Formats: sequence, C-alpha cells, structure tokens
Amino acid sequence: MTETTMNSAKPSLLRGFDLKAAGPAIALLILCLIGFLLNPAFLSEGNITNLLTRSAFIGIIAVGATFVITAGGIDLSVGSMAAVIAGVMIIVMNSAVDTFGTGVTTVLIGCGCSIILGLGAGLVNGFLTTKGKIEAFIVTLGTMGIYRSLVTYFADGGTLSLNYDIRGVYRPVYYDSFFGLPIPVWVFIVVSIAGWFLLNRTAFGRYCTAIGSNESVAKYSAIKVDRVKTLTYVIQGLCVSLATIIYVPRLGSASSSTGVLWELEAIAAVIIGGTVLKGGYGRIGGTILGALILTTIGNILNFTDMISNYLNGTMQGLIIIVAVWLQRGDWGRNKSAD
Amino acid sequence: MKTFTKFGALATAATIALTGWASADTIKIGVSYPTPTHAWAAGMNWHAEKAEERLEALYPDVDLILVNSPDPSAQASALEDLVSVHGIDALVVLPFESEPLTDPVLNVKKSGALITVVDRGLSQPGIEDIYVAGNNPELGRVSAEYMKTRLKDGDNIVVLRGIPTLIDNERFDAFMAEIEGSGINVLDHKHANWNRDDGFEVMQDFLSRFPDIDAVWAQDDDIAIGVVAALKQAGRDGDGMFVVGGAGMKETIKGIMDGNELVPVDVLYPPAMIATAMDVTVSAFKSNGPVAGRYILGATLITPENAASFYFPDSPF
Repeated sequence: MTETTMNSAKPSLLRGFDLKAAGPAIALLILCLIGFLLNPAFLSEGNITNLLTRSAFIGIIAVGATFVITAGGIDLSVGSMAAVIAGVMIIVMNSAVDTFGTGVTTVLIGCGCSIILGLGAGLVNGFLTTKGKIEAFIVTLGTMGIYRSLVTYFADGGTLSLNYDIRGVYRPVYYDSFFGLPIPVWVFIVVSIAGWFLLNRTAFGRYCTAIGSNESVAKYSAIKVDRVKTLTYVIQGLCVSLATIIYVPRLGSASSSTGVLWELEAIAAVIIGGTVLKGGYGRIGGTILGALILTTIGNILNFTDMISNYLNGTMQGLIIIVAVWLQRGDWGRNKSAD
Repeated sequence: MKTFTKFGALATAATIALTGWASADTIKIGVSYPTPTHAWAAGMNWHAEKAEERLEALYPDVDLILVNSPDPSAQASALEDLVSVHGIDALVVLPFESEPLTDPVLNVKKSGALITVVDRGLSQPGIEDIYVAGNNPELGRVSAEYMKTRLKDGDNIVVLRGIPTLIDNERFDAFMAEIEGSGINVLDHKHANWNRDDGFEVMQDFLSRFPDIDAVWAQDDDIAIGVVAALKQAGRDGDGMFVVGGAGMKETIKGIMDGNELVPVDVLYPPAMIATAMDVTVSAFKSNGPVAGRYILGATLITPENAASFYFPDSPF
C-alpha cells in the first residue's frame, strides 16, 4: 500500500495536477452531469440543498471514519451507535420536560447527553481494541449488535418519538438555514475543516498515518500507539454524536431501523475518497467527495424511472467500484514508469 | 423391561406432578411469534399480551403460553418445547419464515394439537386448521379506491413502496389495477422500505422532480411520516394535498380522529390480528359453532367516523 502512496504522490509533484487524486471529484462531476441531463431539476436550488443536507449525516460520520481507517482500524458500530444515541437523546429530552420545560435547556441537555454518549462509546471501542487486544473488526461487530439491540429494547420494539413541543424548538437545527445554507451543512463544513486540519497539520494526524503504515515501527518511534488509536475511535464517536444531533430534529424519532448500514456507507465514502482501507494514507477532502457521491447516486436514481427499482443496488455498487478504480487502476499511468 | 416400565411410570408421575393436577382439564394454547424488532411487531406483541389477559380472565381453564423467538431456528425449538414441556392442545403461530417452519409446525400437528397460522402462510397447504391474515391486495385496492374518490381525471400521484417483497408487490399491483382507467397519472413509484428516513428522502426527490403532485400513496404509516415531513419542508402540504398510508399506527389514527387534512384516512393492516387468531382458537374449544377455516381480515378504510374503534393509545404501535 505504501507503493500506492508513492505513486499518487510522485506525479502530483511532477505535473502539478494528479488526475488520480482528482478521481473522486471527476466522478462527482460526471454524476452531476448525468443528473442534469436526466432532469434539469437536478440542479435546482432545492435539490442541491437537499443533497448537501442529506450528505451531512454520512459525511460527518465518514470524517471520523477517515481517522480510524487511516490508523489501520475499522469501526462497524457507527450506524447502531447513531441509533442508540438518538434513542437515548429522545428519552432524556422527553423526561427532562417535567423539570426544565420545553425550552432550549432541554434540547441542550439532549445534545450534551449525545456528546457524552458518543465519546463514551468511542472510548469503549478504542479501549477494547488497544488494551483488550481484540481486532477492531470483532470489537465493533460486537458493539454494533449491542447498540442495535439496546435501541430496540429502549423503544420496546417500536419507535421512540420526541415530545411534540420540544420538536418545535429543536426542529430549526435541521430545517433552518444560515447564510443560505442549511445548518447541517454548516456543521458538516466545520467538522470537515477541523478534520482536515487535525489529519494534515498536527502531530496527531502524522501519528495516525504512521500507525496505519506500520504499527511496530510507529511503536519503536516512541509514538504512544494505544493512546492515538483509542483517540481515533473517540473522534469517531464524537462525529457520530454530532451527526445524531442534527439527525434527531429531522423526524424526531428513533427506532431499530435508524442508521441501518450507515457504517458501510461511511466506510465506502472514505474509500471512494482515496483513503486506503489497510491504513497509512488518509484524505479528508476525498472522504467529503465520497459522501457526496454516495448521496448523489441515490438522488439520481430517484430522479429517473429508466432503471428498474430492483437494480438500485447494482447501480450503486457499480458506481462505487468505478469511482475507486478511477484512482487505483492502471489507466493513464506512464508505462515506462512501471 | 420391568425397570423400564417402572422408570416410565415414575417419569409420568413426575411430569404430572410438575405440570400440576389441573393439567388434565386445562386447555393449553401455545402462541409463538417473532421477537418484535419493529413497531408493527411490537404492536402485535402488545395485542397478544392483552388478549392473553382477557381470555384467561374470561375462561379460568384456558392457559395461553406466549413465546417469542429471535430467528426461525429458535422458533422451531420453541415449538418443540411447547409440545414436550407444556403439552399444548392448540398452537397459534406467526411463522418467521414459511419454508423453515413448515416441518416444525407439522410436527406439532402430529402431536394432536389444533393449528392456527397467522399472517404468513406455511409452504404446504392443509397443515393449519385455522388461518387468520390481513389482506395485502385489498390494502392496495382500498387505497386506490379512496384516491379515486378524492381525485379527478388528469391528477397526478406518486407512490412510495415498501421493501421489495411479495407483500409489497401484492399491494402495489392491486393498487395499480384499481387506479387503471381512472385517468389519474401515477408519475413514478420508488421503494422507501417501510422506513421514515427513506420516505423523507424519496419524497424530497419526488418534490424536486415533479412540480405538480396532487396526492401521495405511501402504503405504510412509517413512510407516510417521512413523506409528511418532506411536504412540510417544501411548503407543499396545502392545496388539498393528501397522503394515504397503511397499517394503523396509533399516532396516525389519532391524527385522523383529530381531523388531520394531510393524512385524512388510513388503511388497516392490523397487528391486532394475533388477538383475532387467539380468540378464534379459544372458540374452537368453547364455542358450539364450527370455527375451522380461513379468516381474511378486511383492509378497512379508517376515517374520522370509525377511527375510535381502531385506536389503542397504550400500544407501542
């Protein structure tokens, strides 16, 4: 995998423009063009706003996943984690109504609770992976099942619904705009910038890359591997809790079907964006494009009836593979360089 | 041989002692269904518990044993236990899946128990004595019939479907058959997987794509909740726009009772059908009339007039 890193780094220095690194951006542009040709309404302001807002959930979670994957880990529990955090938030806010009324305080209590739960859940994943010495895949597979069944249990098999009056106070967090952009998009932007800075401009980001490339070497280089790895899961947990905070006001409910398969969408967004699944190389910018690509595919499929509904999964799978092939495959590579 | 007989006699004595003296004239009915993991099933669980309370209070000699199982093989084991441990006289079963549970149910039948199958049929005919189910094609047809009363020639509707399954196809095909020839245009249909989030997103896209939509068939109450949120976000919830869901969620029915114009009706596919099945099964032991047969429940159109009789505020669904 280091070879890939080298290959993608070299031409960018030589030519100034790396076609492969631009792969996700090209894929997104092509998708948008297809969408526009199918139906000009695709580029209407309303649809673009919907697309960006929708991407925010997966996008924010995927920014966290970029850290985990760059450091050589994986987190399968994020979808279930989002569901259980959403569920507990709703329970907490509903029961806080008696004491704190239906105002902003209650919403803030809910959000605080979400962040604490997210950090806690991330810490559990990280701690079990590093100190427990269990593979991340197994740890998070386990917590995925636990969180999913917990939300079913809290909801008594049904759906948890937010108190109607709090919904009125909380609703603007999803539906309102600020300088022309919906609030979830702003959160997405802030998280992305913070993530980019952390990964590319801090020692912590370097450590993540180093651990993902070669954990033993990182350890001998006096990097506190366990601490850094645990922190990546904590960041992931924080991202999940932020995504949940903007998800809950959308429909004001949580059930066992909340956040199903979000983990795979987040991982797909990260990989489409150019981060290497084995770790050692991560790109936040790519991740954001990856999240946008995934949402755009679903959006375009809803904009046409040319493709049978039953083939939606096929189209999504094909586009994901093509998008990754665009930046990994042999095409366009100088033969003599091989 | 003698020792064996002795052991056998001892074992029988022990079993009688364990199950209690009343077992001789107690009618034991096992009720087996999947562990609730979604709201509809949670509603079914609730109605099963209510029916158990009610029937056991009504008939002191009836003992209903409720068991829920997380997967098909667990349900098969649960059925074996109901026969071997409880020695049931009748079984009410909502099979997890038809194929893997056909044989286990057949084995229960061989033990001499009366069999009532609910909602999902077995893959072999003739096993069940009583069959109780909702009516999927009728749900589609009744929904379309209502659409026709509200819309005129040239009006546009969009359809949100469930998870691609036989149930979804039956509902959708019946709906389309009834709409045909009415002049109402079905602009497009997309799967929203009986899920609020998907309902929201698919409806958002329909709204961006089609400037003129007069009504929405959401097929399911969960999808309808997402659809309503999308309509409100886009400010297109006025002008006589309406959404028809299905199933009979308590919030939806409450809305109908309160005169909600956006979701004015609902079409019943009731989780309470398990209670119907339990009632019929108990009647098989108590009624002087014959009860064996197929009970296909109506897909009743719930309107403000009749909504109260389908409203269960304490049920999770």
